[in-house]
Amino acid sequence: MDALTLHRIHFAFTITYHYLFPQLTMGLALLIVVLKTMALRTNDERYDVAARFWAGIFAVNFLLGVVTGIPMEFQFGTNWSEFSRRTGGVIGQPLAMEGVFSFFLESSFLGLFLFGEKRLSRLAHWGAAFLVCLGSWISGFFIIVTDAWMQHPVAYHLLPNGTYEVSSFWGLMMNPWAWLQYIHNQCAAVVTASFVMSAVGAFYVLQKRSSDYGRIFLKVGVIAGIVSCMLQIFPTGDLHGKYVAKHQPVAIAAMEGLFHSEKGAPMVLMGQPDVENQKIDNPLAVNDVLSFLIYGTTSAEVQGLDQFPRDQWPTTLPLLFYAYHIMAGLGTYFVAIMALAAFLLWRGKLETTRWVLWCLLLSFPFPYIANIAGWMTAEIGRQPWLVYGLMRTSEGYSKHVGAGTSLFTLLGFLGMYSVLSILWIVLVYNAIQKGPEETPNHEHTGTLAGA
Amino acid sequence: MGMLWFWIVAVMLAAYVVLDGFDLGVGAVMLLVAHTDEERKQAYQSIGPVWDGNEVWLLAAGGTLFFAFPLLYASAFSGFYMPLMIVLWLLILRGLSVELRGHVHDEMWHSFWDVVFTFSSGLLIIFFGAALANVIRGVPIGPDSYFYLSLWTNWRTGANPGILDWYTVLGGVLALLALSLHGSLYLALKTEGDLHDRCYALAKRLGPAVVIGCLVSIPATVIARPNSLANYEKHPAEFLAPVTVAICLVLLPILIHKGDELRAFLTSCALLIAMLCGAAAGLYPVLLPSTLGSQSDITMANALAGPHSLKVGLVWWSIGIVLAGIYFTTVYWLFRGKVSSYSDTYGH
Repeated sequence: MDALTLHRIHFAFTITYHYLFPQLTMGLALLIVVLKTMALRTNDERYDVAARFWAGIFAVNFLLGVVTGIPMEFQFGTNWSEFSRRTGGVIGQPLAMEGVFSFFLESSFLGLFLFGEKRLSRLAHWGAAFLVCLGSWISGFFIIVTDAWMQHPVAYHLLPNGTYEVSSFWGLMMNPWAWLQYIHNQCAAVVTASFVMSAVGAFYVLQKRSSDYGRIFLKVGVIAGIVSCMLQIFPTGDLHGKYVAKHQPVAIAAMEGLFHSEKGAPMVLMGQPDVENQKIDNPLAVNDVLSFLIYGTTSAEVQGLDQFPRDQWPTTLPLLFYAYHIMAGLGTYFVAIMALAAFLLWRGKLETTRWVLWCLLLSFPFPYIANIAGWMTAEIGRQPWLVYGLMRTSEGYSKHVGAGTSLFTLLGFLGMYSVLSILWIVLVYNAIQKGPEETPNHEHTGTLAGA
Repeated sequence: MGMLWFWIVAVMLAAYVVLDGFDLGVGAVMLLVAHTDEERKQAYQSIGPVWDGNEVWLLAAGGTLFFAFPLLYASAFSGFYMPLMIVLWLLILRGLSVELRGHVHDEMWHSFWDVVFTFSSGLLIIFFGAALANVIRGVPIGPDSYFYLSLWTNWRTGANPGILDWYTVLGGVLALLALSLHGSLYLALKTEGDLHDRCYALAKRLGPAVVIGCLVSIPATVIARPNSLANYEKHPAEFLAPVTVAICLVLLPILIHKGDELRAFLTSCALLIAMLCGAAAGLYPVLLPSTLGSQSDITMANALAGPHSLKVGLVWWSIGIVLAGIYFTTVYWLFRGKVSSYSDTYGH
């Protein structure tokens, strides 16, 4: 493999693995604030216990998010130095702001949230939970501002030395792409957290243990789930999709597998893109739908890939097609299962409908897959550009770091992250097995310990 | 504007060295001073609420460096590729050891993470010391402003050095001595009984070692980078930094001997800051000197980001740092005093 491919896989692997954790912790932080709020409002001790239980699982995931996140900030320079040199004047801004505004906030208040319950008043402890949540959402915002500038560069100008500078700070922060992507992404984080919470609730109810807490988790998880799953498709996904169609039409054509421009373009639900012969094998398609989704009328013409020069087509087109279809397909499934669960919850029958509980339990990996697939859609869709329309991916990597070196450290990360995965499984399984009733009373060694 | 951002990054790095320095130091000496499981638990508790926040200074400084001096970030991070990757792996291992040790009640689990903690903390300190020495000595930056350094070449300084040579290894050892002392003094402040006494005994032995290390490093620096004194000759006011170092080096053993723990720790902080200021003053306005001739140096002039970014940055940076100061004061205040005074209420 050449150096460019290896640097791409290096970044892709480490960021994909990293994002398994923040997508849960951002969503879970919000649900923990919900639990703490219920505890304050109802004075029901069980909500405090429930919040404490989830804080333990949050702590493990947050730790793994932190330790896998540090390499991301380094890799812009280590593996993508030419990209950093040229664009640091723009994207350095949100990345530095993330450190200053989010990391200090999170790291300070996480300790107080996890270990300060006895020394803080109930309201102050709620405040600590809220600030941790706020910190993680601020962090997400600055990362998305960075990514959005790569997707849709705004508010910049080129300096004589070939580097880019921000021409308007607010222009950068108010990039419409960033806000559309941010609400879509944060909603997706809540989807992950609500599926995880519902799955643990279903597990306890099915096991007929900790049923009290199982019911609380089901209630909070399913309500948050149905709201976030619907918002995920409409309006956040719909708006984001239309904006992509406007600014990256070639990416939309590739995502949908539309090789030829068409009026009343069909939406392909399933199929295998054959790039050589420019067609979809075994297509399962619905006519007119794509035109309607993008333009609101079935007669509109959607630009196909044939409208664009070949060197602007996203590389690895089939992977983009699959990533998008997996995201969209799972998103549809999420609405269906959560709507069913919410209906049964409303009728008071969820606890006794075992097959739905089983579905909720077994569904918890799917939001992770959908989140990753969504990000792959965005980032592979951006190819062959590193900064859309300004800089190609092939221009950005560290020319002085050889392919062999990059492979060496990629293998190192694979090994290290295998260890992390094993630790994650053991610790989260332990916490769930112990259950909320056994008040965690662990000896403390660090800020984040305490599951 | 450039000078301002130079010192902003320098101050953030100094904050990192002073703050994360003591928890790295606690890690490096833990196996030496804390013998029983209970004592080790206290060592972890002494840094538990603050280590993660301390480490954020490194990330925030790195982000600020990226933002203010994109060329320096791009060139240095890709040139120091291998050691940075090793640092990342060590940071991961260290974070895991601090946080996961308490999750399982098992002696084998504990001793495994204790060894990981000491090993990763010690190696990180050596790498950071060597990194600073690399910056002072210079690296073979080419005409395209990039370079790539092997971990080692012939262990000599010169036009084509490695990350590790006699000078940078000396830097690593000096860092290990200085931060071990820093960590022992901190741990002595936070603990009582046998653990406290052993920390203090270790600090007494480390004090003279740090003095010797500093004395050796001065001629070594002049040999490794002959023109490192040029700045001092031009701006005699900069001699303030080495003079402060000298004062601290005299004070430190006296304060340790007198048993004045708090002042000894604060003097150690001042010593670290003065050493860093001395190094920064010697470099300015060069950010990363080239061993292939000063025309390839990365300087403030060629690395600085555009003026608009920097002006806006000043606004949010000031706000952010005031907020960070408030958070840090809150946390350090809530967890003040000896570990035993808060450990019982410290937990669910």
